[in-house]
Amino acid sequence: MMNSPLIDYTLHLADTTLILSQRNAEWCGHGPILEQDIAITNISLDLLGQSRNFYQYAATLIGGDASEDSLAYLRKEREFKNLLLVEQANGDWGQTILRQYLYSQFQYLLFEKLQQCNDAQLAAIAAKSIKETTYHVRWSSEWVIRLGDGTEESHTRMLKAIDELWRYTGEMFVPAAYETIVEVSRLKNEWQQKVMNIFSEATLSIPEKMFMQNGGKNGIHTEQLGYILTDLQYLQRTYPGAEW
Amino acid sequence: MVNTPTISKDNIWSILETVTDPEVPVLTITDLGIVRDVILHPPLGDGGIEVIITPTYTGCPAMDMIAMNIKLALIENGFQNIKITSVLSPVWTTDWMSEDGKRKLKEYGIAPPNPRQQVCNNDLFAAAEAIQCPHCNSHHTHRISEFGSTACKSLYQCDDCKEPFDYFKCH
Repeated sequence: MMNSPLIDYTLHLADTTLILSQRNAEWCGHGPILEQDIAITNISLDLLGQSRNFYQYAATLIGGDASEDSLAYLRKEREFKNLLLVEQANGDWGQTILRQYLYSQFQYLLFEKLQQCNDAQLAAIAAKSIKETTYHVRWSSEWVIRLGDGTEESHTRMLKAIDELWRYTGEMFVPAAYETIVEVSRLKNEWQQKVMNIFSEATLSIPEKMFMQNGGKNGIHTEQLGYILTDLQYLQRTYPGAEW
Repeated sequence: MVNTPTISKDNIWSILETVTDPEVPVLTITDLGIVRDVILHPPLGDGGIEVIITPTYTGCPAMDMIAMNIKLALIENGFQNIKITSVLSPVWTTDWMSEDGKRKLKEYGIAPPNPRQQVCNNDLFAAAEAIQCPHCNSHHTHRISEFGSTACKSLYQCDDCKEPFDYFKCH
């Protein structure tokens, strides 16, 4: 496959939104109440739409036989460049909410910059997507506050979710070699400030010191991704070219 | 033998005005404001038509169907050589929906979007904006969920007539 920093970066954005979409879709029919089941799957659908735009753009950059489908369904685990955070298991509702919030808050700041970048197509996708992300940030922020400042049970579960997920947030701000369009390291302070504000309303706090996992952007994943791809790619791997 | 109709942009637009949104069948795609342009290739030439559309939401599954329905409507009217192009920029907003479209939405039982600047408030736990109940016209309503049956809608309930209803949310 052809490589260039722009292609790799576009795939990184595509993979991250696809994998989070796939994770959220696992809630379909299992949400705590109907309205929230619909909410999490709506968010899943938005992310899927965003990933399709990125994959379509990557496919035109790569050329040849590449298509959005071949990129999503026929690349191997080590070729996926998504953030480690988004591949983490759904866990309970609190963990899903926290994962969504930590990512959406980051995505919002990233896309604010991306929509002003020199690449017209990435800028257009970001400008389109950020309107959806705005809803995701608000919805997930409200839930973090509701659960963190809720009952003893919900508070304890949020603490556990933070303990589980925080280690995967450092990677967002460490640029991969191909990641030159937006300087992610410069988003870190604002992201932390925003997270701190929400956490403080939620009577939660940011862990002071925690080892940060790295690697997703360069294809080194946690155990989780293989299982996701097994589900996601099963059909096209087993029945190549199947359509319905 | 199909006679190739005389092509004019007005002609094409009037056909596009008959294509409806599969999820909200009272709205045409021109009511929704998702048709950006019609280009004749070459102008007034032998039937090459490009229709430029823009998605409402990135993941809206209706877009593929809309593109197909545009093609079908044009083919039924004798046109051939049709290309549908989707563009993202400038970004679609609910302000592009026609006044006629908003009226039809309300008659259908979906509260039409308020003007963006009035309601796109991203504050946490922001009081839900006063959405008028499409059934009894009361403004005494509350939001049940920001996400509804399709990407473009949220769920409300009227506190007077108690009917739940969809609100085509501002975007």
